[in-house]
Amino acid sequence: MTLSPPATLVRSRKALTVSPLKTSAPLGAAMAFMGIDGCLPLFHGAQGCTAFSLVMMVRHFREAIPLQTTAMNEVTTILGGLENIEQALLNITKRTHPKVIGLITTGLTETRGEDMVGDLKTIRQRNPVLDDTVVVLTSTPDFSGGLETGWGKAVSAMIATLVPAGPQPRDAERVTVLAGCHLTPGDIEELRDIIEAFGLRPTILPDLSGSLDGHLPETWVPTTLGGTPLEEIQTLGRAARTIAIGEHMRISGALLEERTGVPTAFLDRVTGLEAVDTLMSLLAEISGRPVPMRLRRQRSQLIDALMDSHFSFGGTRLALAGEPDLVWTLGTLVSGLGARLQAVVTSVDAPFLAGLDTEEVVVGDLEDLAERAGGCDLMIANANARLPAERAGVALFRAGFPILDRLGVAHRVALGYRGTRDTVFALGNALIEAAQTAHAPTAHPANTNRAEEGADHGRSPLALG
Amino acid sequence: MISEKIASVFNEPDCEKNRGKTAGERKKGCGTKGLTPGAAAGGCAFDGAKIALQPVTDVVHLVHGPIACEGNSWDTRNVGTSGPLIYRWGFTTDLSEMDVIHGGEKKLYRAIKEAVAKYAPPAIFVYQTCVPALIGDDIDQVCKVASERLGLPVVPVNAPGFVGSKNLGNKLGAEALLAHVIGTIEPSDAGPTDINIIGEYNVAGEFALVKPLFDELGIRIRACITGNSRYRDLAGAHTARVNMMVCSQAMINLGRGMRERWGIPYFEGSFYGIGDTSQTLRTIATLLVERGATADLIARTEALIAREEAKAWAAMAAYRPRLAGKRVLLYTGGVKSWSVVHALQEMGMEVVGTSVRKSTEDDKARARAALDQNTGKVGELFGAIANPEMYRMFRDGEADIMLSGGRSQFVALKARTAWMDINQERHHGYAGYDGMLELVRQMDIEINNPVWAQVRAPAPWDPPAASPGVTPLIPAGRRAAP
Ligand code: SF4
Repeated sequence: MTLSPPATLVRSRKALTVSPLKTSAPLGAAMAFMGIDGCLPLFHGAQGCTAFSLVMMVRHFREAIPLQTTAMNEVTTILGGLENIEQALLNITKRTHPKVIGLITTGLTETRGEDMVGDLKTIRQRNPVLDDTVVVLTSTPDFSGGLETGWGKAVSAMIATLVPAGPQPRDAERVTVLAGCHLTPGDIEELRDIIEAFGLRPTILPDLSGSLDGHLPETWVPTTLGGTPLEEIQTLGRAARTIAIGEHMRISGALLEERTGVPTAFLDRVTGLEAVDTLMSLLAEISGRPVPMRLRRQRSQLIDALMDSHFSFGGTRLALAGEPDLVWTLGTLVSGLGARLQAVVTSVDAPFLAGLDTEEVVVGDLEDLAERAGGCDLMIANANARLPAERAGVALFRAGFPILDRLGVAHRVALGYRGTRDTVFALGNALIEAAQTAHAPTAHPANTNRAEEGADHGRSPLALG
Repeated sequence: MISEKIASVFNEPDCEKNRGKTAGERKKGCGTKGLTPGAAAGGCAFDGAKIALQPVTDVVHLVHGPIACEGNSWDTRNVGTSGPLIYRWGFTTDLSEMDVIHGGEKKLYRAIKEAVAKYAPPAIFVYQTCVPALIGDDIDQVCKVASERLGLPVVPVNAPGFVGSKNLGNKLGAEALLAHVIGTIEPSDAGPTDINIIGEYNVAGEFALVKPLFDELGIRIRACITGNSRYRDLAGAHTARVNMMVCSQAMINLGRGMRERWGIPYFEGSFYGIGDTSQTLRTIATLLVERGATADLIARTEALIAREEAKAWAAMAAYRPRLAGKRVLLYTGGVKSWSVVHALQEMGMEVVGTSVRKSTEDDKARARAALDQNTGKVGELFGAIANPEMYRMFRDGEADIMLSGGRSQFVALKARTAWMDINQERHHGYAGYDGMLELVRQMDIEINNPVWAQVRAPAPWDPPAASPGVTPLIPAGRRAAP
């Protein structure tokens, strides 16, 4: 695809992470469990991790987030968490009757190294009331990986726990989609529409569109209020095909194929003309039907959009940061429009990003991004990059997680021809606006500079307020 | 060592709750209570310590631990600054698996060194979290060594999450200030009208609404602990004449510690509510005069109070017709409840209830008294209300607006009921006389927003009343006019 040599992957050698880009793996796992119907994710750890993850998801999705904790303390951490897990499972079952509990370990409990599988067995033996509650155990120490890692591990755990091994009778019209966490609830909805347009019946796992799409339930629901139904997960072996979207879904896709024999097709992304074409050809092949007229029309709209917008992208320099699959998706999109990726930063090791059309990909933080973004036309990163972007004097386009200061992020669509078109327009408009701001006589305010801050250290105590 | 410190915090003699406990109860502490596995829980001790100290705007707040603690929480608290931004950058050692296996002390030291080289802060606060505490990283020692070698204060904040609640963390943060910061610099300009304000975090920059009152009276805020403060302010805070405690529960140990070590009396006051703001100013003036300020301060304070109160009530009267008769559910951590009730009642609003989840008995009595002032109607004191019950209250139209923190907002919104944030993440300052006016103004904007009529109206194809046995979503009284 690209003629340039592969990008070098650079691991930041700093001991000090400044303006973290990465969020924790347990948070990613919890988010994945938000995509199962009637589910309650439960962190096995001290309570703070839960509170932080909960608040962050609440503020990003602007939805109520059921998330619980085993509330480990110093003593139980030393003695072992069996009793806390047991109490938590019993309390949750009694209060909220979830169909599924996603039991997610954290750094604290992983450091101690508990025999969670054994503990769960003991707990089940002691408490027959738990017989009807499915528990999916996910191992996600905070000190390894990030959001996508945790999401991937949770999806694999769902498959390993809930999908029976062995072949099942196939249903030619059923497809399974393993969706990465870079897809928004809006993306999932779009994907379902596209698949249904081919006369296929999709099961999407996890399905955030049911629980985090902002609809109003008729009563207060203490668990997730939508998502992939348990029965559908248990019958994934009946699908004609599995489609795994995003590198962090690759392992889950392989695992599902291994357990059920259903062949998995891997799509590295579903944004961008070429990538969506691949999706369409695949769906046409699975369904034996031609690509519907409506989608063909959208394709030609996208081509028109690409031509209209490329003037805004060509020759610009961009700075991009995010979890690996998000970076891959958006990076290939903007490169494909003639923009140059001057700085790329990602949160965890991701060798596949060597395929990006850029010189180096740094595994690092938003400080690394700001330091490399000087002179860029636009920065694309999560909302935490607001100050780093200001510091680098570059306008910020918000993408990824978390975006705490914009409305409707859950409904953004970047998937499919239509989603690609809208995303290209949104990015192109951001570039136009950034260029106008830069050319305006009153240029953007000077970067926050250290000398100024330093001068402030000696301020008199009177100068408050 | 950390357990000793925690035990001493639990033994806080000035804590009113503590005094009511038996020796055995006291030993159990206040942090572990309420932590039921599988039942709602709030922030951890680290969170509490960070909330208490992060408003120090010019230092590097370095979180020692894996990404969970800082990566999921940095720069989400809306506390204001009048200058430095360094407190908002989010610093962490982001421990990896290898660090956990080999111990994180070396990485911590290197991180401190890098922070000094890159950001040249006047000091560094290092926060201990669960995982390094568990593997035995000795941050006190690392901080000591770093301090000596690098020549700046490096302050250990020993509050790993698992030792207890956010509330305990506030106190552990205060302990760190007492042990390592306050009293380490002698200011040359100490005066007879210097005060500290303890437990004011400058949420939404709201201290700016109060500050001019002190300026006018010639009262100097030596240190606001810790809203919008600089390291040097804190280090010289021991020269103040009076300490005001904004929330006794958060940092009472700091008030007591400063009284014992430097003889500074403290009192508890509040800037929420008009009466409370006046009372607070009065107390400060009286105490300062007792401690050597000129006696005219009291008269000047009374004059300022009279003027400001008259101004505030006059301005608020304009909102009365728009708010009278509306029903409010106050669902806060506690302290703010009774401070605000009076103002709402003056607006002719009915406070249908206020929560006292985290309140002391004293707070509860005050809340009750405040509610009883209401014309005949007595609101309720709630403990925690379960979400389904709260949702039912809104659906049945028992309240027109809820004032609470962000976590419970969707219970109101999903039931199509107005909601206003009065906690950490809000974007409007509500402190002082001007703040109360702002609160009333914001409430008017929210409760009288035309959106409510739209979202409550049934779809044209839905029958006005649902089938029998099903509660109608919109109580008849609240339906939009046809
Ligand atoms: S509970 Fe421990 S690990 Fe979790 S956020 Fe708090 S300090 Fe960090």
